[in-house]
Amino acid sequence: MSDDILVDIEDLHFNYDGRPVLQGINMKIPRGKVVAIMGGSGCGKTTLLRCIGGQLRPTGGRVRLERHQVCGMSHAELYALRRKMGMLFQFGALFTDISVFDNVAFPLREHTDMSEEMIRDLVLMKLEAVGLRGAHQLMPGELSGGMARRVALARAVALDPMLVMYDEPFTGLDPIALGVIGQLIRKLNDALGATSIMVTHDVQESLLIVDYIYFVSQGRIVAEGTPDQIRASTDPFVHQFVHAEVDGPVHFDYPARSLREEFLSGVAHG
Amino acid sequence: MADPAALLRKLGHAVTERVWRLGFAARFFVAIIIYSGASFRRLHLTLREVFFSGVLSLLIITVSGLFVGLVLGLQGYETLQRYGSTEALGVLVALSLTRELGPVVAALLFASRAGSSVTAEIGLMKATEQLKAMDMMAVNPIARVVAPRFWGGVISMPLLAALFSAMGVLGGWLIGVVFIGVDEGAFWSQMQAGVDFRFDVWNGVIKSFVFGVAVSLIAVFEGYDSVPTAEGVSRAITRTVVTSALAILALDFVLTSFMFRGA
Repeated sequence: MSDDILVDIEDLHFNYDGRPVLQGINMKIPRGKVVAIMGGSGCGKTTLLRCIGGQLRPTGGRVRLERHQVCGMSHAELYALRRKMGMLFQFGALFTDISVFDNVAFPLREHTDMSEEMIRDLVLMKLEAVGLRGAHQLMPGELSGGMARRVALARAVALDPMLVMYDEPFTGLDPIALGVIGQLIRKLNDALGATSIMVTHDVQESLLIVDYIYFVSQGRIVAEGTPDQIRASTDPFVHQFVHAEVDGPVHFDYPARSLREEFLSGVAHG
Repeated sequence: MADPAALLRKLGHAVTERVWRLGFAARFFVAIIIYSGASFRRLHLTLREVFFSGVLSLLIITVSGLFVGLVLGLQGYETLQRYGSTEALGVLVALSLTRELGPVVAALLFASRAGSSVTAEIGLMKATEQLKAMDMMAVNPIARVVAPRFWGGVISMPLLAALFSAMGVLGGWLIGVVFIGVDEGAFWSQMQAGVDFRFDVWNGVIKSFVFGVAVSLIAVFEGYDSVPTAEGVSRAITRTVVTSALAILALDFVLTSFMFRGA
C-alpha cells in the first residue's frame, strides 16, 4: 500500500441478519484529504464507516488503516489504533452528565497524564477553534443542535487524530450552522494535517468542502469523482442525487405488491 | 384451534431466547469483574455512583424503615400481650428486621429507586450513542460506565439495609416504649440477649450483599442490553424492577434455607 493512502478498502462485504448491506466496496482514501461518502438513507454508508472504525467486523474483504489490518485486530490493538482516530456522531453524542469543558477534556484525561492546567489550556484552545470557548461551563442540554455538534467536533479532535470520521454531520442543522460545521471540518482537517471521511447526504454543502466523493447505492459504489466531476456527471444516479430529482434510478416507494393485488387480497396486514 | 407445532415453536423460541439472554448476562458479569480495576484505581468514579445510588436513596430507606418498625411494634405488641410477654417486643422487632425485613425490603426499595435509574441512565446513554462514542474514543464503556455503577450499588446495598434495620428498631422502640409503655430496660436487654451477631446480624449483611450484587447486575445489564429507543428503555426499566423483585425473593428463600436451619 502506498504511503499516500491512509485508508485502503478492498472488496468489503457486510451482511446483517443474512441481508447483504455492503457488497464489494473498494475505496482508497489519501492522506490529508476530505472524502465524502454519499448515498440515500439505508444504503450502507454508516455501516461502511463502522467497518473502518472497527466497530463492525465485515463478513468479507479487508480494511487497512495506515499499515494495520483493522478487521483482524485484537481489542487492545483496536483501542490503540482508535486513539489516533476521532469520530463525530450524527447528533454529537455528548456525555449529558458532564459540562462542555469536561466533554472535550474526556479523551485527554482518559489517555494522557497531562496536568489539569495543561488540559485546561488545550480544551480552551480546541473550543476556541470551534468558536465556543465562552460556552465551556454550559451543560450539553443548554446547547443548540449546531453548538452541540461543534463541541462534539472539538472533542473528536482533542487528541489531534490522524483520521476523523463524520457520521451525518449536517443532519438537523439550520443553513447557518450547516455552513459553519462544513467550514470547520475543512479548516480543522487542514490545520491538523488529518484525513477526514464524511458520511452525508447533504450534496450542496459537501461539494463545497470535500476533495473527493464516493456515491454508494445498495451496498455498492456506483459513482465517484472530484466535486467538479460530480457536478458535470451525466450518470443518471448522480444526476438524480445532486439535483434532488424525484424521478430516476432511485425509487421513492418501498417495494410492495401492486395496488390492485393489495386491494383484491381483501385483508389489510398491520 | 391453534396449531400445536406453532405453539411448540413459539415455546421453544421463548425458552431459547431466555437461555441465550441468561448466558449473555453471565458473560456480561464476567466482563464487569475483569474490567473492574478502574473502578477501584479511580475510586472517585465508584464513589460518585455510591452517592447517586446510596446517598440519594437515604430518604426512602429511612422513612420506610421507620414505618416498618412502627408497624412491627404495633403488630408485635398485639400478639405478645396475648401471652403476657410484651417485654420480648425488642427481640421480635430486631430479629424480624436484621434477618428478613431489613435486607429484603431495603433491596426491593433499592431496586425501584436506584436500580431503575441506573437502567434508565445506561439505556439512554446507549440510545444517544454515548456508549458508542466512548468506545470509539478507545474507552471501554464496561470499565468506565458499567463497572462503577455496579460496584456503587454493591457497596450501597448493605449500608442501606443496615440503616433500614436501625430505623426499624427505632420505630419499634417509639411505638413499644414511648407510646405503649413497654419497659425500656426489658426492651433493650432482651434484644441484646436474643440477637446473635453471627447468626442474625452477619447473615443479614451477607443477604443484603448478595441482593446488592443481584440488583446491580440486573440494573446494569438491562440498561446495556436495552433496545435503544424510548420504548426499549422503558421496557428495560420495567424488567429491572420486576426481575429484581423476583430475584430478591427467590434468593432470600435460598439463603434463608442455608443460613437458619433451626439453629
